[in-house]
Amino acid sequence: MKKLQLLLTLLGAMGGAYAAEFNQVQADKSTLTFAYKQMGVPLEGKFRKFGAQLAFDPARINAAQARLEADIASIDTGSSEGNDEVVGKLWFNTKIYPVAQFVSTGVKALGGNRYEVLGKLTIKGRSLDVSAPFTFRQEGSVGVFDGAFVLKRLDYAIGEGLWADVGTVANEVRIVFHIVTNAVSPIKK
Amino acid sequence: MNPSTRYTTTAMALHWLTALFIFTTFPLGVYMHELALSPLKLQLVSYHKWLGVTIFLLTVARLAWRATHVPPPLPETIPLWQQRAAHGLHFLLYVLLLTIPLTGWLMSSAKGFPVVYLGLVQLPDLVGKDKVLGDLLAEVHEMLNFGLLALVGMHIAAALKHHFIEHDDTLRRMLPSGKRVES
Repeated sequence: MKKLQLLLTLLGAMGGAYAAEFNQVQADKSTLTFAYKQMGVPLEGKFRKFGAQLAFDPARINAAQARLEADIASIDTGSSEGNDEVVGKLWFNTKIYPVAQFVSTGVKALGGNRYEVLGKLTIKGRSLDVSAPFTFRQEGSVGVFDGAFVLKRLDYAIGEGLWADVGTVANEVRIVFHIVTNAVSPIKK
Repeated sequence: MNPSTRYTTTAMALHWLTALFIFTTFPLGVYMHELALSPLKLQLVSYHKWLGVTIFLLTVARLAWRATHVPPPLPETIPLWQQRAAHGLHFLLYVLLLTIPLTGWLMSSAKGFPVVYLGLVQLPDLVGKDKVLGDLLAEVHEMLNFGLLALVGMHIAAALKHHFIEHDDTLRRMLPSGKRVES
């Protein structure tokens, strides 16, 4: 068993002929959630609808790409009162900006199964560079990406006017993604 | 007034602090409930929860005091049935001062908003997020509060009646100073 693993590692290192590209996102198994604090109270929310396209081959991370679009109106902040509020003008203004988008510009290997994705995050018409560390776990033909990063909501004008007070709703929002993909071998294509 | 016929300073402090906090927390609860979502509402809801936890803690301290002290007796001039009614009322007040914060805490958990006391200490969620349970607990919390309102009204009316109509020492037992009413 150990020898087989060694062999596979060697083959992987030899240029990826046997590696697979993970590019079939399993939307029903993937989640996009966020965590924030309100009056010091830790709360969680999620986006019920989001789409992701990605191509990731651990042997060729220079070619890795990811694109993620969240349907803002599908947000669940934890309460219906909150959900009604955040689609409004002061928060996400979903009538004009219905989608939040992340487009990768590159992926860095951090060692082991740890990586970092860099890219542009666009929310409410504002685009900013972000980076998010993530882990990649491969189980057979299934590849699982788990990562998180913290954004400051005021950088994107999420919560303007009276809501700009970060003493009540904290500025930091932790975005957590869990994306399950299936591999399609590039050879089979 | 003989000190042994008055509550101790500790007992008085706990009683009057509880009174102060009830008269803050109750109207705050009614007011914030009607507000549209805003930072102010979120702040007031938090303060309401912190006050509720404080009342619970004060009540636990008062029960500890009761367990280790004998309260000053009611004036002998009060008929036995009234004394019993007073004790029954006090018992019910203690029950509500414990169960109202408890239902508030459980309601918070069921609604998915944990209580973080003073923004520092997070209370555990004894129940998971459950909208139906949350709405039910909100009803119970409100109902118990209107029960508390009625009982506090009776408590105050009785104290004032004894003080101003009967001219006895019932209320003075809970007052920090003041001379004995000579009757």
